[in-house]
Amino acid sequence: MKAAGILVAVAVALALQTTLSRVAIRSTVAVDLVLVVVVYVALTSGPATGLLTGTFAGLVQDALSSPVIGIGGLAKTIVGFLAGIIGSQFIVAQPLPRFVVFFGATVLHAIVFMGLYVLLGLRHFGTPYAAVAGQAAANAVIGVVAFQLVELLPGAVERRKAQRGRLRR
Amino acid sequence: MISDIHQRSGYLFIGVLLAHVLLISAQVNTKSGVPALESVTFGIFSEVQRALSGGVSGIRGVWGGYVGLRHAKTENEELKRQLAAMQIALQEQRALADRTRGLEKLLEMREQLPLKTTAADIIGAAATPDFRTVTIDKGSNQGLQTDMAVVAPAGVVGRVVVPSARSAKVQLLVDRNAAAGALIERSRAQGVVVGSGDERLQMDYVSEVSDVVAGDVVVTSGIDGIYPKGFVIGRVESVEKSGTAYRRITIKPAVDFRSIEEVLVVLTPPPASDAGQGSSE
Repeated sequence: MKAAGILVAVAVALALQTTLSRVAIRSTVAVDLVLVVVVYVALTSGPATGLLTGTFAGLVQDALSSPVIGIGGLAKTIVGFLAGIIGSQFIVAQPLPRFVVFFGATVLHAIVFMGLYVLLGLRHFGTPYAAVAGQAAANAVIGVVAFQLVELLPGAVERRKAQRGRLRR
Repeated sequence: MISDIHQRSGYLFIGVLLAHVLLISAQVNTKSGVPALESVTFGIFSEVQRALSGGVSGIRGVWGGYVGLRHAKTENEELKRQLAAMQIALQEQRALADRTRGLEKLLEMREQLPLKTTAADIIGAAATPDFRTVTIDKGSNQGLQTDMAVVAPAGVVGRVVVPSARSAKVQLLVDRNAAAGALIERSRAQGVVVGSGDERLQMDYVSEVSDVVAGDVVVTSGIDGIYPKGFVIGRVESVEKSGTAYRRITIKPAVDFRSIEEVLVVLTPPPASDAGQGSSE
């Protein structure tokens, strides 16, 4: 059940990523929704689930867009594992720590991803500091919002149902 | 429990990472055009091969050096033994050569002599310093008899005094009791040479008017019936007046009695005519 939920989340993220990246985001600030899902799953489910989610999501993402399958998967595997470690070792329940984790995860992902490409001589990224920083901030904001939504949404729904029931009576 | 989960996660993480590395390597070519996986795999295994080869070569080298060292040590000891044996053999050969040269001289002398002789080795010296004798390895079994003359290439040695079956005692001419008829080769002046017990001889009974000077060669006269005529005894070293009718003549022997090793024993006694001729001369 949990695995199915993760698969659905990754699929939705990929779908949004492939559509929103063309429509909504045209600047250097290109969010990675798949990465957000991976970090979220890792923080909530632990390192093993995090790294497997990262592997699966990264490989799928590579298969869709990358000339070399595995680089994105490797980067997301590392990020998912470390985020899972952090989530299991530290209390990451507040928006700020979550923001830091998402931000750091994005930076680490960029370092591994770009670093491997540069190392293998497959691609050059110039000086991507601003782009990476913007993406990290955007991912962090989306991640924190996602956490808040997921955590607050069930309670809000319950409260809404309870309020409707009182009005009918 | 938590640590176990983390440990499993670690193994899983490493496994997944390796799988990714392999996956990436299989797709990426190196600058030389060879797939990175093949290149890395080859590189890793070549390093393993290099390490193995180096290890094997090192072990082989150490073992070879050890074995070689042991072999070298054994060989060194064997060579030292061979060198010592060769040195001994060289000394033996040198001694043999010296002995051969001495025997050749004896043989030449023997061939030149009209006398029947036999060669003998000196095998011993006198037991006391008061007697100047030597022992030779020939005796009565070889025909030796008392008063047979013993000579050497350089000159007169002495006479047989005590022959036994297989050896004989020879009285040297320098012994105090030894004597031989002699004459000065140049002037034919006659006298008797006697031993003095040391390394010099005395020639007695030489007339005061005889022509004798230092350096004259003294030879046997043959009148004693022991020594054949004409054998060199020595050379006049000094001539003195003794206050009597005779001169006091000191002779340096021709034979070095301290280093003599081989001699000839004259088996044929000197003919009486020689003695007569010698005495007449």
